[in-house]
Amino acid sequence: MSDSSSSLIQAVEDADSAALLVAVQNLAAARLEVSIPTLVATLGYNNSGAAIAAVEGLIQLGEPAVPALLEQLDRQNHAARAWAICALAEIGDPRGFMTLLGAATADFSLQVRRAAARGLGTMKWQWFPTDLVEIAQEEAMEALLFVAQQDEEWIVRYSAIAGLEALATTIARTHPAWAAHIQTQLEQLERNDSSWAVGARARMAQQQQQAAESSLQSSDPREDASSLGSETNWQITLEKLYDRKGQERLVLAEGDPRRYRSLAMAISQKLDTT
Amino acid sequence: MTESGLNATAALTVEQAIANLRGDDLGLRVYAAWWLGRFRVNEPEAVTLLIEALADEADRTEAGGYPLRRNAARALGKLGDCQAVAPLIESLSCSDFYVREAAAQSLEMLGDRGCIAQLLDLLQNRVSGTQPSPEQPEFIQPYDAILEALGTLGATEATELAKPFLEHPIERVRYAAARALYQLAETPEEAAKYGDILVQALSGDDLQLRRAALADLGAIGYIGAAEAIADTLAENSLKLIALKGVLEKQMHQSPDGNPTPDAMRVMDLMDALL
Repeated sequence: MSDSSSSLIQAVEDADSAALLVAVQNLAAARLEVSIPTLVATLGYNNSGAAIAAVEGLIQLGEPAVPALLEQLDRQNHAARAWAICALAEIGDPRGFMTLLGAATADFSLQVRRAAARGLGTMKWQWFPTDLVEIAQEEAMEALLFVAQQDEEWIVRYSAIAGLEALATTIARTHPAWAAHIQTQLEQLERNDSSWAVGARARMAQQQQQAAESSLQSSDPREDASSLGSETNWQITLEKLYDRKGQERLVLAEGDPRRYRSLAMAISQKLDTT
Repeated sequence: MTESGLNATAALTVEQAIANLRGDDLGLRVYAAWWLGRFRVNEPEAVTLLIEALADEADRTEAGGYPLRRNAARALGKLGDCQAVAPLIESLSCSDFYVREAAAQSLEMLGDRGCIAQLLDLLQNRVSGTQPSPEQPEFIQPYDAILEALGTLGATEATELAKPFLEHPIERVRYAAARALYQLAETPEEAAKYGDILVQALSGDDLQLRRAALADLGAIGYIGAAEAIADTLAENSLKLIALKGVLEKQMHQSPDGNPTPDAMRVMDLMDALL
């Protein structure tokens, strides 16, 4: 650790609540991987300004921050957990996927559901292994349709529609039937939602999807494959999900949030032990 | 809260709430009045009892306030029953500042222009026997609630009387005047002048006041504020609510139900805050 990075970290650890925000902002701006544990710890300090700065720093660091964020989810601090989920939603790493499914459909905080729903639509699909991307996208689509139709908060439904728009653009070429299904559902959402804002967002999503379909000659979505190898733990995890998915379907109805919650629990346990 | 009050919180039904409001336990009566508004129980019996509660003399604070009247006045705005208009107008001359404030807010919600003359009297402090706010003695009348009601009701006769309140020492009152004058303006240019006063307020030093300005801009749906709202130092959830107000105003003005270019711009700003 260099002197400057250790002094930045020390500044956060020593700061009183008034100085914390600036110390965290400085540390986040330095974009040092060595700062990740300190930034994650800040999420639990009950200081929302500092937590926002830490989340922004962790998002900038991206993939290397994911294991520490997943670890944070297991601690009994609700606020820190919520911030960690928001960071995972923005980073879009596949290892956060199960958490986002559970959070979008069943978290008690509407801010967390809002962030998770948006994140499900904007996952870094190119970081998923080829054989798992399809099942993950289908899960994301089903979860987002459920949230867009059922969530009681307008902003969560709005966010799910923004997520569906992003997902529909991603899958337009690989799964045109899914894209068509999303388009039909968006039409219904536009007609049925009690909120004008949600209706307007559904309308815009349909228009964007139509525009995207007419210009489908884009680049291969998987050309930007990440450094994550196919041997990583999360792939095993997702394979377990694949097995489990068939069983879950027998018991719980399509779109039932308990499905995702129990899956997410299974995944987090799996991550603990691997 | 008393033990009986806690039980009531745990499992109150419409019948119980109405029975409690009829009863002798003042704590239960105050809570029942709030509860009937919260759950929008607009049954004739509830409306009748709440109107009776506006004249209650049993529940008095040491400073002479009427807690039951305050809650009844607030609830009646939410129940949407026009029978409440005349009794609420009567409540505008109550000695308790907070009863007058609640009455003005509820009359705004009920949207009946029959109260405009009395609101104008109150705005000019021409109603005898009215006490100022016990916490802020310079708050002689609930000017913010009165101005907001006059703006929402489209009371153009209030325009000249509202203008001096742009210089009022209390920020909230200045914002309410700008908000009302925006709504009462005859031309878009004149409206923008008042909307921009609220935009200025978004860059103030006090978070509470920035939040208040966000709420005001959302309520009037001023499109010229969209970017400034997105850039305000405040919670994303509040900025999203304000932008929702701007978006819905745009959708109301759309001739064919399709999002206007301005509406799409607002949705792009909202997407970035999810």
